[in-house]
Amino acid sequence: MNHTKPLTPHHFAPWQDGTSKPLISFSNVSKTYGDFSAIDNVDLKIYPKEFFALLGPSGCGKTTLMRMLAGFEEASTGTIEIDGHNMKGVPANKRPVNMMFQSYALFPHLSVADNLAFGLKRSKMPKSEIDGRVEEMLRLVQLTKFAKRKPHQLSGGQKQRVALARALAKSPKLLLLDEPLGALDKKLRQETQFELVDIQEKTETTFVIVTHDQEEAMTMATRIAVMDHGKLMQVGTPDEIYEAPNSTYIADFIGDISIISGHVQDIENERATIIWDESQTPIRGSFERNVTKGTQAHFAIRPEKIQISKTEPSQGYNKIFGQVEDIAYTGNMSTYFVRLPNQKLITSQMVNDRRISQRSITWEDHVWLSWHDEAGIILAK
Amino acid sequence: MRKLSWFNTVTLSLGFAFLYLPILILIIFSFNESKLVTVWSGFSVKWYGELFKNEAFLEAAWVTLRVGIISSTLATVLGTMAAFVLVRAGKFLGRTLFSGMIYAPLVMPEVITGLSLLLLFISIGVDRGLMTIILAHATFSMCYVCVVVSSRMSQFDESLDEAALDLGCTRLDAFFSVTLPIIAPAVISGWLLSFTLSLDDLVIASFTAGPSATTLPMQIFSSVKLGVSPEINALSTILIGLVTLGVISASLSTKRVKTRKNLH
Repeated sequence: MNHTKPLTPHHFAPWQDGTSKPLISFSNVSKTYGDFSAIDNVDLKIYPKEFFALLGPSGCGKTTLMRMLAGFEEASTGTIEIDGHNMKGVPANKRPVNMMFQSYALFPHLSVADNLAFGLKRSKMPKSEIDGRVEEMLRLVQLTKFAKRKPHQLSGGQKQRVALARALAKSPKLLLLDEPLGALDKKLRQETQFELVDIQEKTETTFVIVTHDQEEAMTMATRIAVMDHGKLMQVGTPDEIYEAPNSTYIADFIGDISIISGHVQDIENERATIIWDESQTPIRGSFERNVTKGTQAHFAIRPEKIQISKTEPSQGYNKIFGQVEDIAYTGNMSTYFVRLPNQKLITSQMVNDRRISQRSITWEDHVWLSWHDEAGIILAK
Repeated sequence: MRKLSWFNTVTLSLGFAFLYLPILILIIFSFNESKLVTVWSGFSVKWYGELFKNEAFLEAAWVTLRVGIISSTLATVLGTMAAFVLVRAGKFLGRTLFSGMIYAPLVMPEVITGLSLLLLFISIGVDRGLMTIILAHATFSMCYVCVVVSSRMSQFDESLDEAALDLGCTRLDAFFSVTLPIIAPAVISGWLLSFTLSLDDLVIASFTAGPSATTLPMQIFSSVKLGVSPEINALSTILIGLVTLGVISASLSTKRVKTRKNLH
C-alpha cells in the first residue's frame, strides 16, 4: 500500500454523477450451475474510462463475471448491457470487447506481428492500414524490435505486453484483463502496474481487471468491487474500501486490521460508543449506518493508525493497555503485537523514524495503545 | 551412457536377432544374383529391375497407393473430428460409450472387422472393389488417428481458441486458423500412421476387395503360394523401406512438438 496513484485524476468520479451513462450495466444477474450459484444477484454499473477491479478469493465468481462480459458465459437470469445494448445471445466475436487472458493465449505458430494483426484481419480494417496499426501497437508496448519473434522466444514480461497489445489492437470499448500480472515476478509486477495504468490513460479504454491481489487492485483501480461467494460485498474507490469498509469481511480482506467486538452503549454527535471490556475504557468512533444502539458491533482499526507509548495518554477513551508480545522489524516499519489482559492481540505499526538502538519500547514492556476518533470505524457485521 | 553387462548384451542381441534376423535375411536375398531364393551366388539388383517390368505387381502397387492416400486422408478427417468432440465437448450423454467404441476397433481381431465389413457391403449391395477397400481401411485407421490427435488435443490450452473467438473469429475460422495449425504435427503423424497401416494390411483388404482391385500385400501373398521368387524379396524390401520411413517420420513429427514445447 506504499504506492500512490499518480495517474488517477481526483476529479474522475462518474459513478457519483447521476447523469453519466454507464458503459456496462449488470441488472439482477445470476449464474447457477445446478445447485451451485456462481453469481448471486449482481447489480453493477461500470463507467467509460474506468479502471475497474474485481477482487476476491479464488472461486468468488470474479472470473465468471468477467467471462460473461467477454461472451464465454451466459447469465442464467438478469440482463447485461454493454454500451446500451443487451448482450443476451451475442457471441464473443460480435462484442465490442477484447480480453487479455491469464495464460496470455498467444498463438504459438504466429510471430508477434501476426499475433497483433490477427484480430485486425478479421475486422473491417482495410489491409493497407493493418501494418500501420500493428506498428503503432508495437510502439505502445515497446516491442518494435521483437515483431518477427515467435512467442516462445520472448520473456514472460514481453509475452504479457504482446497479449496486452493484441487485445488493444482492435480499439475495443472495453478491455478485460484476467490476472494480467499473475505470472510475473514481484519486481516486474510493480513496474507493470504503472505501465498498465499509463496505457489505459493513453488509449482511454475502459479496463475491467480480475485479480486476487488486493495491493494490485488498490494501486491501479479507480474503483474496486470486492466479491465473495458470487456476491458483491462492497463497491468503492480504493480509499473507501480501505478506510470505510462496510463489514468486517472487507476490513479483514484488505490489508491488516485489528477487530474489537463489543456492545453499542450510546450514539450521539456522529459518534458511537462501545463497551467491550470491564477493565478498559470505552471506544468511541465514527460508525457505519447499520450500527444501532444496544446491539453488538465491531470496531476495526488499521495497525498504522494506532500509536504506542509507555505513558498513559490523557484522553478518557480510545486507549487500551497491554504487554508487548512480539516486534516485527521490517526496516522502514516496526509492527508491535500487543497482548491485552483479555488475551486479545492488537497490532500497532510505527514508522521507524529513529535508529533501532534508540527505540524505547521492547519485548515484555507494558504499553498504552491509543488513537483519535476518526482512526477506525465501527461496523454492524 | 552406462555400459551393459554381458548378460544384458546377450539378451538384447538375442531379442533383436529374433525380431529382425528374418527381415535382414529377406533384404540380403533381395540382392541375390541366383534365381534360387536360398542359394547366394553374388550381388545384383536385377530382381528390382524385373519387378518394375511385372505388370501385375505394378498394377497392385498403384491400387495400394491410391487406397493408402485416400483412406488415410478420410481417416484423418474423421479421426480428428472424433478427437475434437471427445476432448472438447466435456461430459455429454454417452461420452464414455462413444470413446470406448472409438478405441474398440484397435483391439478387434482383423478377421472380424473384415468379415463384418464384407457382410455389410454384401447386404447393402455395394460392388466390391477399390472403394470398399478404402472405406474399410478408413474405418479401422481412424481409431489410430483419434488416439494420436486426442492426446495432443488434451494438452491444448483452450484459451487459445477463446482468444481467437474474442478477436473476431467464428468457430470454424478459429479451428482452421488456430487449432489446426497447432495440432498439425499430431494430425500429420496420424495420417502417416494410417497410411502405413493401410499399406501392410492383408486380412481386411482380402475380405473387402473384389476381383477388380488387388492390393500389393494380396498380390504378394498369392504369388508366394506359387513359390517364393527373388522378385518378392525385392518388393518386400521396398515395402519395409516405405513403412520404416512412415513410422520414423510420424514419431519425428510428434517429437518435434515435444522439444518445441520444452522451449517454452
